[in-house]
Amino acid sequence: MALLALPAAAQVKSGSEFLSPGMARQQADETRNPGFFWVEQGEGLFSARPPQGQACIVCHAEPRQSLRGAATRYPQVDAASGKLLNLEGRIEQCRVERQTQPAFGHESAELLAMTAYIASLSRGLPMDVATDGAAKPFYEAGKAFFERRQGQLNLSCQQCHDGLVGQKLRGDTISHGAGTGYPAYRLEWNSVGSLHRRLRACSLGVRATQFDFGSPEYLALELYLAGRAKDLPVETPAIRR
Amino acid sequence: MTARRGRHPVLAGMALALGIGSAALALETYEVVGDAIPRPIGGLAGNLERGAAVVRDRERGNCLICHQGADPSEPFQGSIGPPLKGVGLRLDAGQIRLRLVDASLLNPQTVMPPYFRTENLHDVAVAYRGRPALSAQEIEDVVVYLASLKGD
Repeated sequence: MALLALPAAAQVKSGSEFLSPGMARQQADETRNPGFFWVEQGEGLFSARPPQGQACIVCHAEPRQSLRGAATRYPQVDAASGKLLNLEGRIEQCRVERQTQPAFGHESAELLAMTAYIASLSRGLPMDVATDGAAKPFYEAGKAFFERRQGQLNLSCQQCHDGLVGQKLRGDTISHGAGTGYPAYRLEWNSVGSLHRRLRACSLGVRATQFDFGSPEYLALELYLAGRAKDLPVETPAIRR
Repeated sequence: MTARRGRHPVLAGMALALGIGSAALALETYEVVGDAIPRPIGGLAGNLERGAAVVRDRERGNCLICHQGADPSEPFQGSIGPPLKGVGLRLDAGQIRLRLVDASLLNPQTVMPPYFRTENLHDVAVAYRGRPALSAQEIEDVVVYLASLKGD
C-alpha cells in the first residue's frame, strides 16, 4: 500500500533531548557516565601491541587529533571493496587486514570498547555522513527500510520515529532514533551496546525478523539514520533508557 | 491466505468475506458490515475477565503500551491511541471487533496493529509467522471487556 506523502520530518532531535535532566547531567559527566569505562578500555586496547603486528596507535599517532571527527563520517562506503562499513566494520577490517589478528566479533567487549573510544574522540562534532555518490544506493535502501511496514504488528520505523515522536510507549518516550550516542550505555542492558543491538530490540518489538549484527539491512538503516541526524553532535558514549 | 477487500469498505458500505486461510493455521472467517464486524468470530462467546487480562498482558494484547486503560492505578500507560475508558459508549461491540481485527480496513495509515490477520505482512519473526497476534477467542474476550467500558 502506498504511504501518504508525509510532511518533511521535523528537526531531528538527539536522544538526549528525551532524557531526564538528571540523566542528561550524568551523561555529560565523564566521572559518572558508566560508558566511559568502555572508552577507557578502548583507549588501552588502542595502544596495546597484539601478539603479532602493530598497535593501532603506531599508524594512528596522536588519535585525539588524527581521529577527531572520524566517527562523524560513518557509515561510509569502503573505496576498495565497495562495501558499506560502519565504525565497527572499519575497526574489524583494520584488525584483520592490517594487524592480521582475528576479528573481535560483533558485540564483543573489545569491539564495543574500541568503537566507543574512537567515537568518543568525535564527541560534540556534527554528524556528516555522505549520502550521495557511492553511498546513495545504500542510503536509499535504508530509507526504504525505514518507511516500510514490518512484522506481525505491521509498523514502519517512520510511523513511530517521525509521526509519534514525544508520545509515550508505556514509560518510554518515542524519539527520532537519531542513533548519535551509540555505542551507548543503556539502562535496560546495564551495559554498553551497539546501535545494531538497539535496532534488533525495535525489530523484536514489532515482532519482525531480527537481522544480524552488521547485516546489510541494519547497515543501510544506520546510514539513513545518520543522514537524518546530519549536524547533530556525536554523543558516544551516551546514556539511554 | 486470500482475501478480497474493497478500497473504501466503509464508504462503499460493502459486506466482504475475509479471512479464508490457506496457511497452516487457517483463520476463522468473519463478515464486515460498514465499519463493523457485527457477529462474533467463529460464533465464540467472549469472557470479560479474560479480556481484561489480555488487554493488560504485555505478551498478549499489550494494549496499554499505546493506550491509556480504564484503570488509573496501572503504571506507565501509553499515549498513542485513544483512551480505553468509555470506549463502550463510543463504539458498539461490532465496531470494536473490526478495529481489533484489522483497523487498516478503516484507515490504511493507521498505527493500530492488525490483531487478527496473517496476510500482507512483511518480515514477520519466525515465532509469529502464519498466526494472528490474538486468537479468535482472545479477540472475542477483549471485545466483551472493551464493550463493557461505559464509564465516562
